[in-house]
Amino acid sequence: MKKILQLALVLSGLLFLAGCKIDKGESITVVGSSAMQPLAEAAGNEFSSNNLGKFVNVQGGGSGTGLSQVQSGAVDIGNSDLFAEEKSGIDASELVSFKVAVVGIAPIVNKEIGIKDISMDNLRAIFTGELTNWKELGGKDLPIVIINRASGSGTRATFERWVMNGEKTKKAQEQDSTGMVRQIVSTTPGAISYLAFSYITKEVQELSIDGIQPKDENVTTNQWPIWSYEHMYTKGQPTGLTKEYIDFVLSDEMQNGMIPKLGYIPVTQMEVERDANGEIIQ
Amino acid sequence: MEEIQKSLLTKSKKAKLEQIGKAISLLCIVFIVAVVAAIFYFVMSKGLATFFKDGVNVFDFLFGTDWAPGTVGDDGKPLVGALPMLVGSFLVTLLSAIVATPFAIGAAVFMTEISPNLGKKVLQPVIELLVGIPSVVYGFIGLTVVVPAVRNVFGGSGFGILAGTFVLFVMILPTVTSMTVDSLNAVPRHYREASLALGATRWQTTYKVVLRAAIPGILTAVVFGMARAFGEALAIQMVIGNAAILPENLTTPASTLTSILTMGIGNTIMGTLENNVLWSLALLLLLMSLFFNIIIRMIGKKGEFK
Repeated sequence: MKKILQLALVLSGLLFLAGCKIDKGESITVVGSSAMQPLAEAAGNEFSSNNLGKFVNVQGGGSGTGLSQVQSGAVDIGNSDLFAEEKSGIDASELVSFKVAVVGIAPIVNKEIGIKDISMDNLRAIFTGELTNWKELGGKDLPIVIINRASGSGTRATFERWVMNGEKTKKAQEQDSTGMVRQIVSTTPGAISYLAFSYITKEVQELSIDGIQPKDENVTTNQWPIWSYEHMYTKGQPTGLTKEYIDFVLSDEMQNGMIPKLGYIPVTQMEVERDANGEIIQ
Repeated sequence: MEEIQKSLLTKSKKAKLEQIGKAISLLCIVFIVAVVAAIFYFVMSKGLATFFKDGVNVFDFLFGTDWAPGTVGDDGKPLVGALPMLVGSFLVTLLSAIVATPFAIGAAVFMTEISPNLGKKVLQPVIELLVGIPSVVYGFIGLTVVVPAVRNVFGGSGFGILAGTFVLFVMILPTVTSMTVDSLNAVPRHYREASLALGATRWQTTYKVVLRAAIPGILTAVVFGMARAFGEALAIQMVIGNAAILPENLTTPASTLTSILTMGIGNTIMGTLENNVLWSLALLLLLMSLFFNIIIRMIGKKGEFK
């Protein structure tokens, strides 16, 4: 009996501990786009260390998750690579968008294929399945292996929108994560895929399109058209800690410091602006 | 006198303890049953919404070969054919079970009949070690070792059913082996003794008596392995290529129910058709695991040693 009492005491003690937060700090939850996760996390850590007792929980899960969770009110901020208007099932009028950064996306290939530049038409022809061997493009005699991101991924949607021009892509391999795409392209002969600039390393070969290099400068002038905004969405105007956090991400300190360091392009550097329909304003 | 009467009529400490214990166990089992029921209800309601709410034909879903949820085909119907995934799932499951079974039986016979000492002390722990390795490690080894090997030997890009089979084979081997060992150990000693007394050699005894007697147990082990293979997601997703097309051969990219499900779920919005069809895939998986469970029960009942 004594043991049971002890056990009960310990259990109720645990329940009690779990019930009350040890720290009475405030916290918000940020969910969504995995491409944005490093940015949101770094900003969250910086924000917490500047403001003791205020926490920002950051989770990935994809742009779709971010948008749907913020729309249902389950989280405070939903991250997305896409405009809410572009995603079916989301009521964009309920959401407020903050464009915190821009990310460029470039085609990447395995190093062995032997070409470094491609025309936009040929790039499209590869993804529709018209071109199937690199020698048709002046490269080595290697079959082209297409590796797509998962359908519905923000990166894929951006790439298809600005490259495919409405044409259907050929059904091909799909991979869920950016890191996996890079790994597979670097080890599979003849492979082609696409990555955000910040994820491109020496293991893979990036392609320039029609002679234009995939560089931040070319994105800011829209000469390199494959780019997207990184959005933070809130349901209604943000208040309290949510607002403080977003203001922090948009502050000069973040925009000129950490954001370029992490490989994103600050929105303040953009010389053009694009709306949800892809029209250039200014 | 009073004291004796009292001690006889009131419950002893031990009896009370037992009652409390019973109540706690009952509570736990009720909770678990409730969780299972809730899971079934949730997956069913979500998975069936595809057919009732979005009006997808069940046959189009099960036997269609075009998978592109979110887009509609030429006939105006959404492209939600799950056949490529079904074929992929069943192929990797069956093939890996076919490859793993002989290895498992061989290992188990060695461990129980030929060298029980070595088996218990060395082989059993080694095989059980395989269970503890996280599936992402299997997937990564598959990606860096198996896929290039398949590409060099069999051609193609290396991603596909064959690479998936090799990875799953290693993953289900410990399950099948250790359960086969158990079922061989469960064969009564007097079966062996009787056989040896009749003048049968050790091989004859093993092959014609022990293995025959253990067939139901071995079958259960194989089905358990298949259930594990069918539900595996992470490792298979890394090596199978995840292309929702019917595989032409074993080295072209294919997909399984689990790989498409885990890839898509984060990119879809709750309540839309794209999301609901993924739940329908989940429902198929749930039904399949139910099916495997029923088979295991049926085999188990048939093969009890009386």
